[in-house]
Amino acid sequence: MPFLALANIKKSFGQTQVVHDFNMSIEKGEFISFLGPSGCGKTTVLRMIAGFEPPSAGTIHIDGKDQTRLKPNQRNIGMVFQAYALFPNMTVFDNVAFGLKVAGQPKAEIEKRVKEMLKLIHLEHLADRYPYQMSGGQQQRVALARALAPKPQVLLLDEPLSALDAKIRVSLREEIRMIQRQLGITTVFVTHDQEEALSISDRIVVMNAGRADQIGSPSDIYNRPATRFVASFVGTLNIIEATVIDPANGSVMIGDQSVTLRESIADKSGGEKLSLALRPEAGSLAESAKGDTALTGKVVSANFLGSVVRTRINVGGNIISFDMFNSPDLVMPAPDEIVTLRFSAGDLLIIRD
Amino acid sequence: MKMSKFFAWLAIAVGVTYFFVPLLGTFEFSLRMRRGEYSLDAYGSVFSDIQFQQTFGFSILMALFTIAFGMLLVVPTAYWVRLRLPQMRPFVEFVTLMPLVIPAIVIVFGYLRLYNSSSYIPFTGSVLGTNILLVMSYITLSLPYMYRSVDTAMRTIDVRTLTEAAEILGAKWPTILFKCIFPNVMSGVLSGAFITFAIVIGEFTMAALLNRPAFGPYLQLVGANKAYEPSALAIIAFAITWLSMGLIQLVSRFGKLTQSRP
Amino acid sequence: MSTASPLIDRRTIIDWLGIAPFMIFALMFLIVPTLYLVTGAFFTPDGKLTLQNIADLFTPTIMSAYWISIKVSLASSIGGALIGFALAWAIVLGGLPSWIRNGLLTFSGVASNFAGVPLAFAFIATLGRTGLVTVFLRDWFGFNLYSTGFNLLSFFGLTITYMFFQIPLMVLILTPALDGLKKEWREASEILGASTWQYWRMVGLPILWPSLLGTSLLLFANAFGAIATAYALTGASLNIVPILLYAQIRGDVLHNPNLGYALALGMIVITGLSNILYIWLRMRAERWQK
Repeated sequence: MPFLALANIKKSFGQTQVVHDFNMSIEKGEFISFLGPSGCGKTTVLRMIAGFEPPSAGTIHIDGKDQTRLKPNQRNIGMVFQAYALFPNMTVFDNVAFGLKVAGQPKAEIEKRVKEMLKLIHLEHLADRYPYQMSGGQQQRVALARALAPKPQVLLLDEPLSALDAKIRVSLREEIRMIQRQLGITTVFVTHDQEEALSISDRIVVMNAGRADQIGSPSDIYNRPATRFVASFVGTLNIIEATVIDPANGSVMIGDQSVTLRESIADKSGGEKLSLALRPEAGSLAESAKGDTALTGKVVSANFLGSVVRTRINVGGNIISFDMFNSPDLVMPAPDEIVTLRFSAGDLLIIRD
Repeated sequence: MKMSKFFAWLAIAVGVTYFFVPLLGTFEFSLRMRRGEYSLDAYGSVFSDIQFQQTFGFSILMALFTIAFGMLLVVPTAYWVRLRLPQMRPFVEFVTLMPLVIPAIVIVFGYLRLYNSSSYIPFTGSVLGTNILLVMSYITLSLPYMYRSVDTAMRTIDVRTLTEAAEILGAKWPTILFKCIFPNVMSGVLSGAFITFAIVIGEFTMAALLNRPAFGPYLQLVGANKAYEPSALAIIAFAITWLSMGLIQLVSRFGKLTQSRP
Repeated sequence: MSTASPLIDRRTIIDWLGIAPFMIFALMFLIVPTLYLVTGAFFTPDGKLTLQNIADLFTPTIMSAYWISIKVSLASSIGGALIGFALAWAIVLGGLPSWIRNGLLTFSGVASNFAGVPLAFAFIATLGRTGLVTVFLRDWFGFNLYSTGFNLLSFFGLTITYMFFQIPLMVLILTPALDGLKKEWREASEILGASTWQYWRMVGLPILWPSLLGTSLLLFANAFGAIATAYALTGASLNIVPILLYAQIRGDVLHNPNLGYALALGMIVITGLSNILYIWLRMRAERWQK
């Protein structure tokens, strides 16, 4: 029995259905990310777990108990919001104590628990501050402490980092993950930032138009995207259109060049169209590069991005982005130059959707 | 959720009853002048009253003077405080809010003692002087509203940048004020003007104590002596107020339109 | 370079000259007239310093005038605040259709400025002896409103009339304040286990407190200084401070001009005190604001 189980969840607002038949089983102590563009239904699913929106159909169980019809204040869930949502009329201490106060806990215990929480987020010295006197990162840490103070069964994080500066974002996400591991709390994290999801999660749910396109570990999601949407949304995969020549030996045509795939395409027939994915960091332009496969094309542009140089190459009408690491003696390809990209046939993934 | 919606409708129902019954009652009453049937006789009687025409005209004239001189006082001051004397803002704002705290009757009482015919500045010694004093008292009354609407409009256009741009282009300050600032805060000026109009047109205290033949004292006189005309007048006054507020909404919507234009 | 400092001085002078017209206006038509009355309250008619005028305020007639004025102002401002709050809450958080919100706000803009003499007429036509509601109750329910001791020309009548402009004023000021209550605060408190009542007691009302209180005190001052409605409604029959002062200005009914000044001083002190109270409470309530 999974700890948090969502079964056949559907949600409609009026005529529009925003979540289609969503199923998900989350184990105790797992860190799950819902990843997808805005409007994909990820926040709606989170809000249904919290109890702010009743599902149109389906059930939600936590620890074996049906929560579907419970109100938010009966669920014992902790939640952190995108815009901090600290109570502006209360100090940091009172904010963290809020959940314990409304539960009617004795004063001494509240004080002990709040101090413990503030220590956890390293903000003991700011207990008497008001929210407006703190930075965004500090406020969000207080919000985390406030959510955790009543010892919730599940922690929900609704894009908690997206209002913060880039640097704080990285350090806070590491801190969140550390605290989550330390407490072993089951966590659902909603984000539209793939780097965030990849770096922090045990498993990722990639959502598209109200459906879960793929559920898997970060490396699965990145290396083995199940659908074209996942491939294009996670990372900067190149999508290459190809035509099947011989299903038996796996040869396909990309523009006017022939390539042999390692993956079996025996279920396809000759002349069928096929989409292939190629990660931009696969392969090399160097003559000496290893690799059994090569594609030749004309350079469209080459941009210096700091640690990498991104070159866009036109191969038979497909624009392929290709990253190479920067080094002082790197020669940038010039536009219109004809180059050959060498890589392993195993790097070409077939997208089935 | 269901409960809160019920209470919301209940609150609205109570509010609507409280607000509409008096208006309905007044309207119904104003139609009762002819025995046994509804008629507009009371309105006819009001409009044909020569005193109505005179006092209403006088009050409109006073309102126009109040708006013109009030804005000449308020716009440059608000502009100057924003541009050159930001440290004086709390003080100026405090002064503009004082008329909300000091009752009008106290202010006019002070005028009557300070500016009587035997004082150094005998405003009340002549008709012209009294009229000027009346306009000044109306400016005082409407100061909180005029200043606020103009100041809000100035905040949205960033007068400092606008002024600097005009200065770089070689404009002199009267040009800046009348060609750049006034047109851009026009929506605020007009909002302030209409609310001033609504306040001044039926004002009673100042006009009665300064003995001016204005619309407010006339209303009171009619109320003490006639039966149906007061209701007709109340409906007319309500319509005027509604018109002024409607124009404010129109102006602010127009103001937003012109501002959002690239 | 050597002329730098006189130049700065000239600029400062010009800066201050810019608000000179406003300053002169405020002095002439607001500050000096008020101060004139305030100081006048401490002198005898022939110019001797005295506290007798203040002492004379404590006679039964004047005291009862103050007392009725304070009662009417308190009742109409508290009533206006409560009903205004209920209406603002209904249109912001009650889940009503948006045309109700727009309609009520537009109407409030009008009604908050509909005061003075015409307002008195409207209530006479409604709750007067031959008013619509009075007649309706008599003819349809056989209920004689006036036999219950109700009188429009009384404390209760004046209060219910004043609320006609007090409620809309509250709605206009509180609606944006209620809009400022973030949905996330409500949700955060809910998910932390708080009931609706706990949310309002611990979060919602404390945040609204400054605007609620400030508006109530503004309503108080508003009612306290109002004269036109009361005068048109009751003539000189109701003994409230503004009407007493009006009679005093008109005909020296107190037979002592300087006692009139003291009467005015009393009004300023009361509205002033309510404002000081407001500023003090607001500062206390706003420790958490910028």
